[in-house]
Amino acid sequence: MDNNRETLIEIEGLYQIFGEEPNDVLPQVKAGASKEDVLAETGHTVGLRDINLTIKRGEIFVIMGLSGSGKSTLIRHFNRLIDPTAGKIKVDGENIMALSPKELITFRRHKMAMVFQHFGLMPHRNVVDNVGYGLSIKGEKKTDWVPKATQWLDTVGLAGYEEQYPSQLSGGQQQRVGLARALCTDAEILLMDEAFSALDPLIRSEMQEQLIELQENLQKTIIFITHDLDEALRLGDRIAVLKDGKLVQIGTPVDIMLRPADDYVKAFASDVNRARALSVQTVMTPSTEKLDANTVKEAKANFPQDKEYVFVFNNEGYQGVLTKEQATTLDDESPLKDALHPVPSVRKANLLQKVIPLSLNTRFDLPVVNKAGELTGRLEARKLADVLSPS
Amino acid sequence: MARYPALLFETLFMIDSSWLTEFPDMSRRDLLAIRQTLDSAYRTFSRAYGQSIEDFFNPLLHFLIWFEDLLIQTPWWIVLAAIVGLVYAATRSWRLCLGVLASFLAIGYFGMWEDTMRTLSIITVCTILSICIGIPIGILMAGSDRARSIITPLLDIMQTMPAFVYLIPVVMLLGIGKIPGVIAVVIYAIPPVIRLTNLGIRLVNKETLEAATAYGATATQRLFGVQIPLAMPTIMAGINQTIMMALAMVVVASMIGVKGLGQPVLKSITNQYFTLGLLNGLAIVALAIIFDRVSQTYAKRAQRHMEGNDNG
Repeated sequence: MDNNRETLIEIEGLYQIFGEEPNDVLPQVKAGASKEDVLAETGHTVGLRDINLTIKRGEIFVIMGLSGSGKSTLIRHFNRLIDPTAGKIKVDGENIMALSPKELITFRRHKMAMVFQHFGLMPHRNVVDNVGYGLSIKGEKKTDWVPKATQWLDTVGLAGYEEQYPSQLSGGQQQRVGLARALCTDAEILLMDEAFSALDPLIRSEMQEQLIELQENLQKTIIFITHDLDEALRLGDRIAVLKDGKLVQIGTPVDIMLRPADDYVKAFASDVNRARALSVQTVMTPSTEKLDANTVKEAKANFPQDKEYVFVFNNEGYQGVLTKEQATTLDDESPLKDALHPVPSVRKANLLQKVIPLSLNTRFDLPVVNKAGELTGRLEARKLADVLSPS
Repeated sequence: MARYPALLFETLFMIDSSWLTEFPDMSRRDLLAIRQTLDSAYRTFSRAYGQSIEDFFNPLLHFLIWFEDLLIQTPWWIVLAAIVGLVYAATRSWRLCLGVLASFLAIGYFGMWEDTMRTLSIITVCTILSICIGIPIGILMAGSDRARSIITPLLDIMQTMPAFVYLIPVVMLLGIGKIPGVIAVVIYAIPPVIRLTNLGIRLVNKETLEAATAYGATATQRLFGVQIPLAMPTIMAGINQTIMMALAMVVVASMIGVKGLGQPVLKSITNQYFTLGLLNGLAIVALAIIFDRVSQTYAKRAQRHMEGNDNG
């Protein structure tokens, strides 16, 4: 979406080969030998092959692939839980392959936090101690990190569970603890390894929604791994599709849906119910053009002449739509509120299926507002139709 | 005619065919030479270093004597109160406390109080020693496949070699008494705690450990914050086994002068005192059951949060 954001993570020419002598096999793999040939000839498994990607600050970058595609291996390179056979990894301009063991620990403590598929909680620590784990191993005092951990538990909706142990919680609750633990360290980058895959569908979609909402406020850089294209489309600002350890396509959700790079991606994309997979975010046009007015008089004075209608806001937030025609004909003294068209507003995280009936019900674009009630964009019916029509 | 094939056989395989019926062993003289060389080398070694090794173990001996005296010379009701108190602190179970109280009262009533205290003291010391030595070795084994491949066969030998065999060099080196007894018991009893520490650490959920690493835990923080706590149920099972094996060694250890419940048993064997043997044997069983139940209940209580959902 926003192409001007600065690059935060850069991966260049990354190879991962599993086996006894990966470096001996590397030239063969670089020359393009197939995974099957390499395995048959040398007994080595090619995990990742020539991965190049850049991740921008503040985006949700989804890495999508089926099991065995190397996605979980790839995410473990970002914090060097696995070291690559060859390649460069730069975070914030710093080559993390050159870090000493001590520097690596500092890097992990401050730059990145991780959420795991099976939660990875410590069963012997209670919930609040789990959430504060990252801070406690940094050497922060317990009296300092307990309030922070408690606050993050509250944010993820688990207030009151501080003294419970992970085994006493449901899967969804455990993953909320995992999420709170990651957020509690205040790291800029969040690695999420199939974070919602072990949850049942209802809880999963709840968690997705929560993540999108949290992200609106936090603006973290999130690297999210999933095997589920629906999830990828819903969460991702950009999506990388991984197949057999190779990147097939990197693009926005709309790119993936509407302009698949090859048959593999196409097969994936054709299976998806777009109305349920895509969110308003992927279709909306970013815009902050609105009219701040409390009375008809103000509205008339400030109405932009080149527009047919505007979204009217006052200090209580979004009020409705005012057309140009109204702006010229309305009586100055009549209450503004009565004149406005009651066009509903939508949120960035809303799924298209939820906003389709709203859009069909009105001839205007729908305003997209954030949690604070500010306008962030507009949803055009034409664009909605474009996205939903099968290619 | 019938002798021909045999004759042919003999000519073909030269004259002496006795290796077919008897194992072609080395000559008696050679074997004797080997034995003599090894024995005298060991004897020289023990003459040269026996004293310094004894000095090395002296603090342990003093501690053993002190602990034994403490248990025997303190009035029996204080010791009993302390034991029951410890059991309650560890298990929070009145039923178990009552059982322990009844067993010790019965032991005392049948005149075995002093011997039981001696056995209790040596078992306690052996267990503590086994834990102190065994857990670090287990950790080392879990951390390195190479260490494991070296230590595992050693443990196999320690567990299967008859205790009397390794008693010989120990007695040659240190004479008879408490220290050789402790060494023999520890050699026999330490393998389970080593094996199960290794196993427990290797079985720690990979993702949980990965989480610790991902959040920037150092190797030490991983070991003490994640690996050992999560391996604790398995390690406790190992400690439990170690205690049981130490108790099983009590009678054997009494052969090299370790006083306690083993000696009356030994005496009963040589003199055919059936009842004496039975009573002391039952006292050992009682101790074993008490140690077992208390350590297991304690382990279960300490690990209650880790049951059920294992996050895997």
